[in-house]
Amino acid sequence: MEICLFFLLHFRRHDLLESGEICSHTLPNPHSHICLDDSLEWASPLPSILPSLPRNLLHETTICRREARPAFPRWVFVLLCRLSYPQPRSLDQKRLDVLTLTPWLAPIVWEGTFNSELLDSAYKPLNLTIGVTAFAIGKYTMFVGRFVESAEKLFMKGYRVNYYIFTNDPQVIPRVQLQPGRSLSIVPIKKYSHWQEISMRRMEAINRHIAEVSHREVNYLFCLDIDMVFHNPWGVETLGEMVAAIHPGYYNVPRSQFPYERRSSSAAFIPDSQGDFYYAGAVFGGLLKQVYEFTRACHMTILADKANGIMAAWQEESHLNKRFFSHKPSKLLSPEYVWDDTKPKPPEVRLIRFSTVNKDYKEIRD
Amino acid sequence: MDIKKVHIVIPIVMAGIIGYFGTEIMDIKKVHILIPIVMAGIIGYLGTKIMDIKEVHILIPIVMAGIIGYLGQTDLNEAFSVLPSIPHISRPSSQPVRQVDLDETSLVISRQTDLNEAFSVLPRMSYPQPFVDKPQRTDVLLMSPWLAPIMWEGTFNRDILNAQYRQKKFVVGVATFAVKKYVRFIEGFLGSANKFFLSGHRVNFYLFTDHPEKVPSMKLAPEKSLFIIPVQNYSRWQDISMNRMDIISNRIRTHWHYEVDYLYSMDIDVQMFEHIGVEIIDTLVGTISSWQYTKPRDSNSYERRPESRAAIPSGEGDFYYAASFYGGSVSEVYKLTTACFKGVTEDRANGIEAKWHEESHLNKYLLYHKPTRLLSPEYYWDEELPRPQIIRVKRLSSVRKDLEEVRS
Repeated sequence: MEICLFFLLHFRRHDLLESGEICSHTLPNPHSHICLDDSLEWASPLPSILPSLPRNLLHETTICRREARPAFPRWVFVLLCRLSYPQPRSLDQKRLDVLTLTPWLAPIVWEGTFNSELLDSAYKPLNLTIGVTAFAIGKYTMFVGRFVESAEKLFMKGYRVNYYIFTNDPQVIPRVQLQPGRSLSIVPIKKYSHWQEISMRRMEAINRHIAEVSHREVNYLFCLDIDMVFHNPWGVETLGEMVAAIHPGYYNVPRSQFPYERRSSSAAFIPDSQGDFYYAGAVFGGLLKQVYEFTRACHMTILADKANGIMAAWQEESHLNKRFFSHKPSKLLSPEYVWDDTKPKPPEVRLIRFSTVNKDYKEIRD
Repeated sequence: MDIKKVHIVIPIVMAGIIGYFGTEIMDIKKVHILIPIVMAGIIGYLGTKIMDIKEVHILIPIVMAGIIGYLGQTDLNEAFSVLPSIPHISRPSSQPVRQVDLDETSLVISRQTDLNEAFSVLPRMSYPQPFVDKPQRTDVLLMSPWLAPIMWEGTFNRDILNAQYRQKKFVVGVATFAVKKYVRFIEGFLGSANKFFLSGHRVNFYLFTDHPEKVPSMKLAPEKSLFIIPVQNYSRWQDISMNRMDIISNRIRTHWHYEVDYLYSMDIDVQMFEHIGVEIIDTLVGTISSWQYTKPRDSNSYERRPESRAAIPSGEGDFYYAASFYGGSVSEVYKLTTACFKGVTEDRANGIEAKWHEESHLNKYLLYHKPTRLLSPEYYWDEELPRPQIIRVKRLSSVRKDLEEVRS
C-alpha cells in the first residue's frame, strides 16, 4: 500500500505516543507507511482517524513529520522511500579540479558534487513554492519570452514556481504557456531614466514586493536577470538560506583584481587585501526572510551612497558583493549557474545551466 | 535633647515592623530581623550615654534596618539553603534560558540580524583568498551527495567560523556517561575537553554517573560548566550503552531544551588532542567511523537481520557512523534519541539485540534522516588503529584500555 500524504504533528504527540494510540517506527518497511492528510485540525488529532484504518496496517505505521513552518534554514532530509544511488565514498572526491567548500563551510555547487535524485526525493514532499523575480524594463521586455520558456523546461522541474516579472509596460509581456503548479504575475513598476538607476532600484522593489506579496506565496526566492536563458537543469541543489553565485569573469583571479568598489567614500568599499569571491549581481536568492533582509541592507547602502553623491562601480552588484563579504552566504553556486556566453567554456565548467543572451547593450539600454 | 529611655523603644519597634514586613515581602529569614533591632537598641542605649545624639540620629538604625532587611534576601538566602556536599558542582540556572519548541527542526536563531549593521558585521580579518580552481584537499570527499559538508583539516577557517558563531550566543551541551569503572576516564576527558572542546565558547558538560562522589574536583575554564547527574547502572554493559539514548531523550524533554541550543553525546573514554571547534555546530551531525570509512556499503557493519528494527537492507547505506560522537540541535537530537531508543525497546521485546547496539539504531536513523554535517574520522579516532596520511590531525581519540576488564 503506497499512500503518501502528510500530516501535521500536534504538540500533544508525546501524549499520543505514550498512550499507545499512535506508534512511531523508524521505517521498518518503507512502503507500508502512511502519513495522513494535513488538513487535520489541531483540535481533532489522530485518534479520530485511527479507528477507520485497518489494524494491521496501523502497527506498521510510520509517522512522517511535515514541518509546520517550512521556512527552515537546514532541512534534515527524511528519506521516505527506498532509493538506490551510488554510495558516497570518503576517499573519493568527485571534483578534484575545483573548490567545493568555502572556508566558512558553505558548499559550492558544481556538477558532480550532488545527487539530484536524492535531493529531489527529500525536497519534493516538502511542498515548497519557489519564487523567481526578474526585471524587464524598457526594451528588456523582449527577453521575457525566452527566459520563461526555458525556465519552464529546466528551472525547478516538478516544483511549484511563481514568476514575478517586474515591468513598466505590462501589455508587452508575452503570455507563455506554463506547466501546472506554476504561475506568472506581472508587477508594474516605474521606469527610471537611467539604466543604472533602474538596476539599483531593483533591491528596493524586491524588498517591497516580499513584504507586500511574496511572503504569503513562496518559501524560497531567486532574483535573476531577465536577459538570460536556461540551458541545463537548475534544481533544488541551489536552495539554501542565502545563496550567491560566483561571477564567471573573475572566478580564478586574485582578489586585488576583483572589480569591487575601491573608493573608500562609498558604502560598498572593499579594500584590495580583502574579499572572498566576486559574486554576480545576476543571481542571488535564498529563504524568503534572508532575501528580505539582504535586499534591505543592500538598498540602505545604495541610499547611503546616493546621499554622498557617489555611485558604485558596478551599481548594485558592488553593494551585493559588499554585503556578501560581511554576511557570508550559506551556499555558493558555481559559474555553471551564471555564465557569459561570450566567454569560451573552460574545462572546470562542465555544464552551462544559465547564461546570457547575446545583445547589443547600447541599443537596449537607452 | 531630652530623650528619655522610653523613646528608645521607637526605633526598635520600627525596626521590628520593617523587619517583619520584610519577611512577608522579601523572603528574609526571621533570624535576620534581630540584627537591625539589636543594632537600634545598642546605638540608642550607647548614644544617650556616650554620644550627643540628636533626634535625627534615631533615623540611622531605622534606615539601616530597612537596608539590611532588603539586601538580606539576596545574599543571606544562599548561605541558608542546602547545597550538595560536593563543592565543585555549579548549580544549573533555575529559570528557562531559552525555549525550543521540540517540534522545530530548525536552528534556533536567537535574534534577528540588526538591520542597522548593514556595513560590517565580521571584524576585519585577514586570511588567504579562497581560489575557485584550487581545491584545498583532493584526497578526501568534502561534501556528501546531499550537500552536507564533511569536516576535514584544511578545509575551513576557524577564525571566520568563530566570528560568525560568536554573534549568535549559542550554548552547547555535551552529554557523557561514566558508569561503574568508567569513572576513571572522567579526569582525562574533562581535562582535555576543557582545553580543546569549543575553546572560548560556552559549554555545559552533563556528566551522568552512578558514583558522583568519585568525580574528581576539576577546575574548568570560566565559560565551561559541569553538571553531575546521578544515574542508575545496569549489570550488562550493553544495556548501559543502549539506555543512554533513553536518558538523553528524557533529559532533553525535561531540562535541556531550556538550557542549551545544541547537544552532543560523547563517549567518556576518550581524550582530545587538538581543537574541536564551532565547525561541529549544525542541525544534525554524525561522525564517520574510523574503522569503516573506506569500506563499501555492503561491508559496513550495519544490522542486517530484518527482525531487528535497526536493519538496513543490503544495497543501502551512506557511511558508517560512530555512536561515540553525534549531536545537533536539541530538537533533532531529541528526535534521534527517541527514535533509536524506541527501536532498542522493540528489539528487546522481540528478543533480539542489534549487532552494535545503539550504534546500529543510530546508523539506521541517520541513513533515513540525513545529517546536515558530517565529521571525518579525525573527530573520533579509535586508538587501536594506525593513523594514515589522510588523517592529518587526530582531534579526539579513544583511550587505550582493556575492554574485558573495564566492562566487568
